[in-house]
Amino acid sequence: MNDVVHAEWTKLRTLPGPGWLLLAAAALTAAVGAIAANAVTCPAGICQIDPAKVSLTGIYLGQAVVAIVAVTVISGEYSTGMIRLTLAATPRRWRVLAAKAAVVSAVTLATGAVAVLASVLAGGLLLGRHGITAAHGYEALSLGNGPVLRAAAGSVLYLALIALFSVGVAAAVRDSAVAIGMVLSLLFLFPILSSVITSPGLHRHLEQLSPMTAGLYIQATTNLHSLPLTPWQGLGVLAAWAAGAMLAGALVLRFRDA
Amino acid sequence: MSVMTPYHSEMRVRRDGFTQLLRAEWTKFRTVRGWLIGMAVAMLLIVGLGALTGSNSECGIQMGPTSPRLACPAPPTGPGGGWVTDSFYFVRQPLSGNGSITVRVTSLTGLYSTHGATEAGDGSATAGMTPGVQPWSKAGIIVKASTRQGTAYAAMMVTGSHGVRMQWDFTHDVAGLTGKVSAASPRWLRLTRSGDTVTGYDSADGARWTRVGIATLAGLPSTAQAGLFAASPGYSVTSRSFGGSSATGGPTLATAAFDQVGRQGAWPASRWTGEDIQAAMDKALPVSVQGFTQAAGRFTVSGSGDIAPATDNIDVIRHTLAGTFAGLIAVVVIGVMFVTAEYRRGMIRTTFTASPRRGRVLAAKAIVLAAVTFAAGLVAAAVTIPLGEHLLHENGNPIPPVSALTWLQVVAGTAALLAVSAVLGLAVGTLLRRSAGAVTVVIAGIVLPYLLAVTPGILPAGAEQWLVRVTPAAAFAVQQSIRQYPQVTGDYTPGNGYFPLAPWAGFAVLCAWAAVALALALFLLRRRDA
Repeated sequence: MNDVVHAEWTKLRTLPGPGWLLLAAAALTAAVGAIAANAVTCPAGICQIDPAKVSLTGIYLGQAVVAIVAVTVISGEYSTGMIRLTLAATPRRWRVLAAKAAVVSAVTLATGAVAVLASVLAGGLLLGRHGITAAHGYEALSLGNGPVLRAAAGSVLYLALIALFSVGVAAAVRDSAVAIGMVLSLLFLFPILSSVITSPGLHRHLEQLSPMTAGLYIQATTNLHSLPLTPWQGLGVLAAWAAGAMLAGALVLRFRDA
Repeated sequence: MSVMTPYHSEMRVRRDGFTQLLRAEWTKFRTVRGWLIGMAVAMLLIVGLGALTGSNSECGIQMGPTSPRLACPAPPTGPGGGWVTDSFYFVRQPLSGNGSITVRVTSLTGLYSTHGATEAGDGSATAGMTPGVQPWSKAGIIVKASTRQGTAYAAMMVTGSHGVRMQWDFTHDVAGLTGKVSAASPRWLRLTRSGDTVTGYDSADGARWTRVGIATLAGLPSTAQAGLFAASPGYSVTSRSFGGSSATGGPTLATAAFDQVGRQGAWPASRWTGEDIQAAMDKALPVSVQGFTQAAGRFTVSGSGDIAPATDNIDVIRHTLAGTFAGLIAVVVIGVMFVTAEYRRGMIRTTFTASPRRGRVLAAKAIVLAAVTFAAGLVAAAVTIPLGEHLLHENGNPIPPVSALTWLQVVAGTAALLAVSAVLGLAVGTLLRRSAGAVTVVIAGIVLPYLLAVTPGILPAGAEQWLVRVTPAAAFAVQQSIRQYPQVTGDYTPGNGYFPLAPWAGFAVLCAWAAVALALALFLLRRRDA
């Protein structure tokens, strides 16, 4: 298994694409977070701002870039035919999928940690300049603060789960365009649908089922009682989606010709 | 001697014409099963999600725990065909035939509440309200077809902070004298009816009159209702932040003082009648606090409500088309694959060998893709809107009347939006040659900004407006079937269905992005090896 992981790491390391994309993911996440934090206009103490959530707005864009990396790790091999060589070398196919998932989630965790750290630092700096500080009654934006640490660490995990979800979908559908289309549809469609459905029951269920909406509950540090799920339950929903996608991917890989 | 006839090929000339190129690209498109399935999936998603939205959006009112649910009532319809708010206090007399009414307004005051409708224990509905005039509180003189809500009218009025206005048939608004009304600077108003036209005049001194506007009210009966009125729209402040939005507000009251009431023409009634024009669902104060007093030629009229187009309704048509996003993602995937698949399979080299002018190949691909997507989008939208509206109606939602032109704008606009998005996908796919990257760039460029703009609580209001102005998501303005009126205070945000750009201007933003991407794609296509 170590060899398989090593092989996958070599493949990922030696391609120029993934490295640049992960760099872009980190930069975009931090940049969008900083823009959002800088855009806050709020007379002191009047509006309820969640400083952690604002600083981490960039995850919305960063996840899309992470998804590209995760999808191409699988579908890139299908488009070049490399997959046949890979599977000939490792006939136990689930091991290939597990190794790819391990490598992708490891690099995503590393990228995510950098991105989130930069976002929180930039957010603290910029929000502080707009008077959104602990002294004005807002949550202190520091990793020493329990909820903020949970939001930050949870966002890193969120990105890793998005990567796993994308790997699973890509293994199931193989074509990169279709795979990324499905991943982004499943992420973005639920919140759009729940915004137009007025039936309260279904509206709530859609929010609870949505991989993105529920998964990002992990970023909430204020008004937790108004969420339909607790932050960790929300991340659990995304984990379930990721597990489902990985299972589907493993089954397709096992039973379908490469 | 035999004459040599030169050889002529049986083949038609110009086999490499653009028509042949179009035909070749069409053949490619229709013979790839996945793309046809993808197009069908896009249509099914649009229709299916529209049906899902329609069947899960209920509207109903229940008077008691055991009484049956009633469908939500529709607001009254104005002479222009749109929904209107028509609730005010009316001090009236019938006016037979032509005539005029002149009045001097000496003050306009008001009351508002910051915490919803108050019905205090002492029975006074205005207890606890704060003195203050709403910017669009209005009082003045009006000529109206009847006392029924939604009928034609023309009115001259003073307003809280928008000066003297002449308004008619709910949607028309013309400015007159500026400045606030007071005892020191009163405002004289006059309405003159002549047949179907009502002319409004204003004056600061009652001697020199200025014409403000001429209203043509089709079908105004020979005996109209004319007199004094007061109305004050609901007060609402929505504070929007990252944590969500919270709205505070409630109904308000406007009180105006009139004197020097002059009438010309036939006014058969001997005295003034006060009447509250109001329906149960109107956001106005109860009848008990509205009313009028009359003493020694001086009138005081208090009214609540508004005479204006209705702007706080759900954009039903846009709601039925919520599935456009799913369909858009599908057509973008197809648009990207239409070119990246050729690179992946090496087919592109054959294509360019057969047609060395690469720009023409790109153009042919774009035309075929746009035409197919437009047709699919047109069918999907034309099916979804009536289906969604039918289901919404079944669930008790009132369906707003929409002009044929608006309907056409939304249906053709949705199809065009899908077609141009697919072409944008094609252009970005040509630029990047990588499917995953191209699909993500286009979807993150169109769907993500929209999502961030319409979901309250993610971005501040300024950023929301900015996103739907400059990103390709601006094109979703073509699905807007409700209008924004400067003379009505409303929560005009993308989340409520109001886009900052006009429908086709928003669509032009997407076209500009697609044109830039196509130009870049063409430039690189000519420079790079295939």
